[in-house]
Amino acid sequence: MMRNGIIFDIKKFAVHDGPGIRTTVFLKGCPLNCIWCHNPESRSKECIKILKETKVGENTFTFESMIGQKVNTEEVLLEVMKDKIFYDESDGGVTFSGGEPLMQPSFLEDLLKTSKEKGLHTTIDTCGFAPRDLVERILPFTDLFLYDIKLIDNELHKEKMGVSNETILENLRFLVSQKANIIIRIPLIPDITDTEENILRIISFLIGCKYNGKIDLLPFHNTAEQKYKNLQIENQMKTIKKDVDSSEKVASRFTKAGFSVSVGG
Amino acid sequence: MNSRVSKLREQSLNAQNVLSVERARLVTKFYKSIEGKQISIPMQRALCFDYIFANKTLCVNFGELIVGERGPAPKATPTYPEICLHSLQDLQILNDREKVFFSVDDETRKIYEQEIIPFWKGKTMRENLLSKMKPEWQNAYEAGVFTEFQEQRAPGHTVLGDKIYKSGMKDIISQILERLSTATESERDELEAMQVTAETMIMFAERYAKKLEELAMSEKSNVRKSELIEMARICRKVPANKPETLHEALQYYWFVHLGVITELNPWDSFNPGRLDQHFLPYYQSGLQNRTLTKSKTIELLSCLWIKFNNHPSPPKMGVTAQESNTYTDFALINIGGLKADGSDAVNEMSYIILDVIEELRLLQPSSMIQISKQTSNDFIKRALKIIKTGFGQPSIFNTDAIIKELTRQGKTIVDARNGGASGCVESGAFGTESYVLSGYFNLPKILELTLLNGFDPHTNKQIGKKTSDPVNFSNILELKKAFASQLNYFADIKLKGNDVIENLFATKLPVPFLSLLIDDCITNAKDYNAKGARYNSVYVQGVGLGTITDCFTSIEYNVFDEKKLNMKELLTALKANFVGFEELQNNLIYHTPKYGNDDDCTDQNATDVFNIFYSSIDGKMSPLNAAYRINMLPTTCHIYFGSVIGATADGRYAGKPLSEGISPVQGADKKGPTAVLKSASKFDHIKTGGTLLNQKFTPDFFATEKNIEKLIALIRGYFHLDTHHIQFNVIDKQTLLAAQKNPEDYQNLIVRIAGYSDYFNDLGEDLQNEIIKRTEHKDF
Repeated sequence: MMRNGIIFDIKKFAVHDGPGIRTTVFLKGCPLNCIWCHNPESRSKECIKILKETKVGENTFTFESMIGQKVNTEEVLLEVMKDKIFYDESDGGVTFSGGEPLMQPSFLEDLLKTSKEKGLHTTIDTCGFAPRDLVERILPFTDLFLYDIKLIDNELHKEKMGVSNETILENLRFLVSQKANIIIRIPLIPDITDTEENILRIISFLIGCKYNGKIDLLPFHNTAEQKYKNLQIENQMKTIKKDVDSSEKVASRFTKAGFSVSVGG
Repeated sequence: MNSRVSKLREQSLNAQNVLSVERARLVTKFYKSIEGKQISIPMQRALCFDYIFANKTLCVNFGELIVGERGPAPKATPTYPEICLHSLQDLQILNDREKVFFSVDDETRKIYEQEIIPFWKGKTMRENLLSKMKPEWQNAYEAGVFTEFQEQRAPGHTVLGDKIYKSGMKDIISQILERLSTATESERDELEAMQVTAETMIMFAERYAKKLEELAMSEKSNVRKSELIEMARICRKVPANKPETLHEALQYYWFVHLGVITELNPWDSFNPGRLDQHFLPYYQSGLQNRTLTKSKTIELLSCLWIKFNNHPSPPKMGVTAQESNTYTDFALINIGGLKADGSDAVNEMSYIILDVIEELRLLQPSSMIQISKQTSNDFIKRALKIIKTGFGQPSIFNTDAIIKELTRQGKTIVDARNGGASGCVESGAFGTESYVLSGYFNLPKILELTLLNGFDPHTNKQIGKKTSDPVNFSNILELKKAFASQLNYFADIKLKGNDVIENLFATKLPVPFLSLLIDDCITNAKDYNAKGARYNSVYVQGVGLGTITDCFTSIEYNVFDEKKLNMKELLTALKANFVGFEELQNNLIYHTPKYGNDDDCTDQNATDVFNIFYSSIDGKMSPLNAAYRINMLPTTCHIYFGSVIGATADGRYAGKPLSEGISPVQGADKKGPTAVLKSASKFDHIKTGGTLLNQKFTPDFFATEKNIEKLIALIRGYFHLDTHHIQFNVIDKQTLLAAQKNPEDYQNLIVRIAGYSDYFNDLGEDLQNEIIKRTEHKDF
């Protein structure tokens, strides 16, 4: 069975997306609409044509470039397998990220299955917004879930991301109950997700669902400005500065609650 | 660092390079004194050696524990008029130039004008050598097809084994006397000359012993007085006898080092090699009998390190000054690796030496760690913690690959395991091999000549073969065939030149002292320069692999496969240096596949070029039975070689630097370090005597333990692919740009260049820009 899908990048020597040296495959399309999104080009499921520039001395040249590429499983794995020797040396492997990889369920399932057949450690980086049966389908082929939790307050979640968080939290409960290997990732967005209230609510939610794995805090970086420009979308976070202090504070709350926490993946 | 070491280090760092006329004057006086006398050439050299050491100024620096300087003071650097003669204008340039100047005083100028120049003009090796080179060699040399190291430095490039730790000069003399009993007449000349130089070293040490005793007499401090008396005792013991303590071993090595670098000016000075292996027994016995502590050991080793730093390489002239933009002298301390029996060689001394390197942070000597499959991650981690501080040392080598390279060349497994790398990255069997570097070879220049049917626009001459008008090529194979034929033609010219040079050094400038140290010169009763060593290799170093690979790929992709333009149009654009063809240039740079991205099609071109270069040189034998070999390293020659090549098919402007080492063209790698390493591993490193790969990382990459583990996996993965070497330059772009803008604020900034490190401020602007441009792998 060979499946097709749309990806927008393959990044090698990815060292923040799971254990060891990894290759991260970015699948296109995301059900969420986070205003702080780092990869705004990943939201739409379709390939997008954009204009890019190159420079030689004083001269600037523009060319059409596609964000998104139609590929099949074999093509993706061919590229991923090129770094096998480095995965073997570092206990690394492949990570499927997005967008939201679960937006292309059959493709993702096939990618994960084939990766396992080739002896790779598999990780998915997910926001958890997907039907339960999908999560169940991929579970046997997924060695690690990097699972994003952003906001517990559902109204705020809807406001900032456009969707309810019920499914997300339910799926996490399910995965924990199935003893899946999980790392919770929390993007620390100043005054949105890093508030004392939200962090305390995340902690009590995690305790409630008997989660005892690791927590990974992702400090906010305003690095996506150029991407927003290229896409001609307004960057609502443009003026927000990185708050160094916050990640330390948040980390200590998790430590106090008995969680093992790291900053920056 | 204790106050003694810190003062000596300061003295070394603050000492200015001065050109010392002492050696030139002594050599001249000596040769004048033997005019008309019948003395064999080896004996002339031995007596000259003796004359220098009998008369040179002795120097004892304040507080030091190891004595001996090549010149009268730290960084006072001699010249070698028998090899190359500096003109008054050369001296002026050395004195006046901004970067790495050597001050030349009026007295020196006067002596040069009145004594040195009149005597040596017309008699130097350089003049002799250049006059013997055929017109086709001269043409290729002028065009920048290749360089020749030996036009102003002697064929050195060897590393000491464990010989001096097992035998004193007296033992070596006994060995010579025994061999003399069965010697033929010409062998006698060689052996007797060697004997003289062995006695010279004992005499020189005795001079120091007396000097130290004199100093002790007038010394007021009792502590220093007893140190001086102990040092005098040591100078009487070594080099005459074999050393029994660490201090004796260090002083012995240093006398030997001075001998080698004073006898002639061998390329890559001289190298003590596997110091952790040699020094461990002294360290252990010193601890056991309580004559040594760890801090005393560090102090003594620090004194040796400072000695190296006191000795810049001898001042160069002409193209050589350009091709090698550095005055470090490439002594590369090897740490780790395997023992002769094949077991892991990392020991306590390996860690102590790393402590010394970290603490002293000196340019010289350079250092490297050898990693085998058996090496622990802890050891690599310790080294990475030093590399992380951004001073480019130690670099990292694959012992398992070095052993495969050496055994492929026919060395025994034991000699191979006792070997390592020296200079930048060059593999050798330590103590048993002469592996002469003969010069760089400009691979992209050969392609330029192929595309112009053998005509060189730089010198405006037909210097190559008329392979074919390139518009006739209908596919990439035909172009490669013509390229191979052109490369073979120039490789032959180069090797024929080296055959002649070999004979010149063998007959005119033997090195009896160096011959004492390298096996089996005494047994063979043959000088090192006459190929008396057990193994003899002569290397040609290929430069510009990334550039030439991208050029072939560009032609294959744009002209033959995609037919975006024809050969004629490409040649027109290259000739115009892309003026009026800017869009084409943009496409060549940004929309053409490049080496360094783990793309098999592109990387195959690197392998093809490598194999053509390899077949044209490897295994050919010189008249004295040295094997010609290749390695892939540029030092800084990729800048000079780039300056003699017009615009190239990869979109590079005329005159710009070529790619360095086996790295991709600066900025052409877009898929991160694993892809670079995979691309760089595809040609067969085992067929070389060394390859050089630079990788630049920002400091934050080394910030966490987790990242360091990943870096170790990166190194191990690369070495798993039978590759030779990798080095990390840890520095961020902002720092380099700031240093370029305000050099005064960054006087201590040391960066890794190509197998060695140098002060950023001392680099030419081109090289500075290039270092900045080398792809910087950010925290992914």
